[in-house]
Amino acid sequence: MRRATESKDIMETTLNIKKIREDFPILQTLVHNKPLVYFDNAATTHKPKAVIDKVAEYYLETNSNIHRGVHLLSQKATSEYEAAREKVLKFINAKKLSEIIFTKGTTDSINLVASSFGRAFIKEGDEILISYMEHHSNIVPWQILCETTGAKLKVIPINDDGELIMEEYEKLLSPRTKLVSIVHISNSLGTINPVKKIAEIAHEKDIPVLIDGAQGIQHSKVDVQDLDCDFYVFSGHKLYGPTGVGVLYGKQRLLEQMPPYQGGGDMISKVTFEKTKYNTLPYKFEAGTPNIVGVIGLGTAIDYMNGLDTENLFNYEHELSEYAHEKFRNSFPGLTIIGNAKEKTGIISFILEGIHPHDIGTILDFEGIAIRTGHHCTQPVMDRFGVPATARLSLGIYNTREEIDYAVNSIKKVYEVFG
Amino acid sequence: MDQELRELYQQVILDHNKTPRNFKKLEEANHFAEGFNPLCGDHIDIYVLVDENNMIKEVSFQGSGCAISKSSASLMTTIVKGKKIEEAEEIFDKFQKLVTGVEISEAEMEQLGKLAIFQGVKEFPARVKCASLAWHTLNAALKNEEQSITTE
Repeated sequence: MRRATESKDIMETTLNIKKIREDFPILQTLVHNKPLVYFDNAATTHKPKAVIDKVAEYYLETNSNIHRGVHLLSQKATSEYEAAREKVLKFINAKKLSEIIFTKGTTDSINLVASSFGRAFIKEGDEILISYMEHHSNIVPWQILCETTGAKLKVIPINDDGELIMEEYEKLLSPRTKLVSIVHISNSLGTINPVKKIAEIAHEKDIPVLIDGAQGIQHSKVDVQDLDCDFYVFSGHKLYGPTGVGVLYGKQRLLEQMPPYQGGGDMISKVTFEKTKYNTLPYKFEAGTPNIVGVIGLGTAIDYMNGLDTENLFNYEHELSEYAHEKFRNSFPGLTIIGNAKEKTGIISFILEGIHPHDIGTILDFEGIAIRTGHHCTQPVMDRFGVPATARLSLGIYNTREEIDYAVNSIKKVYEVFG
Repeated sequence: MDQELRELYQQVILDHNKTPRNFKKLEEANHFAEGFNPLCGDHIDIYVLVDENNMIKEVSFQGSGCAISKSSASLMTTIVKGKKIEEAEEIFDKFQKLVTGVEISEAEMEQLGKLAIFQGVKEFPARVKCASLAWHTLNAALKNEEQSITTE
């Protein structure tokens, strides 16, 4: 009985997914004469028509530089740009608009913090704590900071399932730890980290915490006040928005103490050759003309997400992920999934015995299936599991069970070539 | 299978992938280089023994990579063994043309011999680096460049 009810629920959800799929024009594309099956959502998601239309509409009807303009178009552009800031604020439940800074993306946001927080708070002998499952963008900025300051990078180990070892985390927190910077959801393992708990533990020792939300923002409800993280960073393009735009959320208390990241227009309140007075938050960190259309498009992507029943949607993604994992685990004896955390999202990183991920990727491409192959910018994770690369499927809101069945079937073709 | 795919994964390529030739460390090597393709994590070590007449007496490789990169390395070792360094360089030059889709003459094609099976690679721009990694690394080994080389 239970099974019957479950499949009915799924059918109903699938109906909604059909509607969602219609919102994404690119899903009608043929790849090698086959319908596109897009499983590369962790790299970037596709854009709904609403976002594409908004970007076109902005250039057709509004295009102007923001702030300080007295003419109508500039005022319109400014108000749309600032409206997007409010949308972000509500989406992540931040307290103040001054805490929402627009950047180029996750990488840019982390570099901003590494550079600016680094100059304000990091000195020789201090420690920055990251984890073994970080994306290179949450490793390299800290290495650069360590090189220039003489601080040390410490790394929380992970277990064989790809989960953080929390006891080791607690042990690694020392009086010298000045920042903990941790990924919310691993892009190569799919692990969902207990970021609220991580922040709580660090805060007992007054250590601020940055959460890399590049894969977190689109797969879970993010409430920065509930998480109580000090920084939360993410990109627009993985949240069904445009590329080249991202967000740094930071607690005002910290942002106020941090010096500007870049100098230029918009980030100042008064400039003379002797001394420059910086603008208030968030503008202090937004030097130069920003990615205006990107920010506005991100606002529209958030509207789009809000228009869906996100709770139901995240449940659907979770069910789909479970389904995909089960299918992949049980279909081929030579297939190993890398990353088997208990708390996991729709990222399936796998290897086939004796077949390189690149060859899997090329053959699936000819079936119309887009996956990513390689180290996924997480080389330490690959080293940890002793593999040079993996093939990775990453799910989005428009993926279906049929597509997963199709992918599993297509792996048979890989075996046909290499068997 | 799709025709383009069939041309990429020819039987000889699949065979060299499965049972690579000269896949070992060469203890007596006097030239060595390490090659990386940082985008995909491919890694190859090339060992060469060059005699006093600039002839490649022995050549071998080790490492990990996709079918294209592995079979390319394997076939390369069988082709350049017994050749002068200059000859090997000439073949590399033509091979590079072949996989990047630059037009080559019939005479050049003939010089490539068995390597002609890699012409399917030109239809796959993302895979050109896989095919040429071993050759770049051999080149570095022959020049005895100390640093490891990458295809980026």
